[in-house]
Amino acid sequence: MLGSIRRYGTEMVHRTEQSERIIEALVEGEAIRGRSLWEDARRRFFRNNAAVGALICLGLVMLFTIVGPLFSQWSIEEIDWARMGNIAGEGHPSVESGHYFGLDGLGRDLYARTIQATRTSLIVGVIGAFVAVVIGTLYGAFAGFVGGWVDNIMMRTVDVLISIPYMFIIILLMVMFERSFFMLFVGIGIVSWLDMSRIVRGQTLSLKNREFVEAATTAGVGRFTIILRHIVPNLLGIVVVYATLLVPLMILVESFISFLGLGVQEPNTSLGALISEGAGTVIYGTPWQIACPIFFFLVTIISLFFVGDGLRDALDPKDR
Amino acid sequence: MTAYIIRRILVAVPTLVILIVLCFFLMQVAPGGPFTSERPLPPQVLANIEARYGLDQPLWKQMWDYLVGIVTRFDFGPSFAYRDRDVNDIIAHGFPITLTYGLISFVVATLAGMGIGVAAAIRHNTWLDYIAVGATFSAQALPNFVMAPILVIVFTWQLGWLPGGGWNGGQWQYLVMPVIALSTSYVASITRIMRSSMLETLNSSFIRTARAKGLPEHKVIWRHAMKPAMLPVVSYLGPTFVAMITGSVVIDVYFSTGGIGRAYVDSALNRDYAVMLGVTILYGGLTVLFNLLVDVAYAWLDPKIRY
Repeated sequence: MLGSIRRYGTEMVHRTEQSERIIEALVEGEAIRGRSLWEDARRRFFRNNAAVGALICLGLVMLFTIVGPLFSQWSIEEIDWARMGNIAGEGHPSVESGHYFGLDGLGRDLYARTIQATRTSLIVGVIGAFVAVVIGTLYGAFAGFVGGWVDNIMMRTVDVLISIPYMFIIILLMVMFERSFFMLFVGIGIVSWLDMSRIVRGQTLSLKNREFVEAATTAGVGRFTIILRHIVPNLLGIVVVYATLLVPLMILVESFISFLGLGVQEPNTSLGALISEGAGTVIYGTPWQIACPIFFFLVTIISLFFVGDGLRDALDPKDR
Repeated sequence: MTAYIIRRILVAVPTLVILIVLCFFLMQVAPGGPFTSERPLPPQVLANIEARYGLDQPLWKQMWDYLVGIVTRFDFGPSFAYRDRDVNDIIAHGFPITLTYGLISFVVATLAGMGIGVAAAIRHNTWLDYIAVGATFSAQALPNFVMAPILVIVFTWQLGWLPGGGWNGGQWQYLVMPVIALSTSYVASITRIMRSSMLETLNSSFIRTARAKGLPEHKVIWRHAMKPAMLPVVSYLGPTFVAMITGSVVIDVYFSTGGIGRAYVDSALNRDYAVMLGVTILYGGLTVLFNLLVDVAYAWLDPKIRY
């Protein structure tokens, strides 16, 4: 409450300054450059310290997955035979041995494997969100804009699909076909767009009776073009926010499946699989095997939550 | 209200049928039958086995028998991997265990989440509120498969207070960690939802009226604010339930409770499609049923809803 009052206060000061500038510009007959929604949102986002901090953390994690392999002295499947016999004693993280994060339970380099796992998680998250954005936005916008029985059928279908426990369907797909990255992406793609389509449809319903759509219709623009040119750009704010919040959820789904040992197959790995392996071997005195993947998992997920939250605050029109 | 419930049931039934048909269809198009093994069976033996499991029937007949079996006799058919057990045995053996700690976790998550949420909202902008907000924000990133190993490391290996797994007839020591691991991230989510919706409700005019007429604060909250503030939480209960069902698989595997999740993962690794389908359909059915209950509860709580 206090926070919002304070914020309104500064906005007000800001506004008077700006109105003075506008008046000045008007007097001198200059063209006024409007403040776009995105410019506004960017300013609000960068004023949010937590969100900016999280964005930096996320950037560092990404940088690590890109630059990290350059420093790696071992590949993800090489077994360090010399130290394999005594992992608890000699496999701990150290710079001399070249195993910066230590060895995993089978004597493989945990540094290389953690990088690969983090990369898997990030890619899964981004692809899941991308599929959700493309399919969900088009589906929802189409249903909302066309309306009537088409809308009814389309949204009832989503209702039915959404009430199926999707984790089991993904596992079913992964087991029945092959446990590959491709199948994982298909499985995640199948489920990720459902919520998005609902949100987008709701927004579309409120947009489609606005004047600019009417103007476009009067000018003879086709339905599909209206959806792409006029509806979708206006949905972008909410789509971006929701997609950012979807990325951690997709990572959670993938890690969950990998934890159960039903995810991508060896030697490829993912954070869930590493956490599961580390949890199994912690009795033998190898805490780094669980600490490293959990650290990267938590940093990634929490950063994504904060970034998503910051974006929502920056882009949500309700909060202006 | 009755009409609304009937209409909701009419939506729920096709959902279930679609789920069953979809799963069955997936099983058919999957490469490699359940009896494909490294050592090929003689064709006569294979034919006999297929006849035993009804796989020599036309596809629609198999589908129909499966559907009728489930609907009329609650029979999910025989397991393909264990010759002497059928899917019902496996479910009957593990499901009560999963259900026990699942329900406890669900109740704990709901009550704790709502309790902390209301407390944080009442003490808005105090240290209690800040701690609740900070803790729940981080706790949302602690899913069951991260919580479970952390709990075991702390309470079993370090402190030695609790057994690291097993069931033992459901004694409380064996329940504590599964329940905490399963409910943590949902306590966090429900707290956040409850807190923000309570804050919004407490700012509305009917609460100001209640306060203005001199009602004591606890009455304002329990009698007036609680019911409308609960609505977003109620609509979140459906997804929570699904997530708990899914999460129970990790708990069953990690804590070796003997619940149904272990059988599910084993069947996934063995390609025992019959068990996988049975569990998926059972959980899908529970989900549909629960969503139905949530919708009815929502309609009952919110007088504004259109039937």
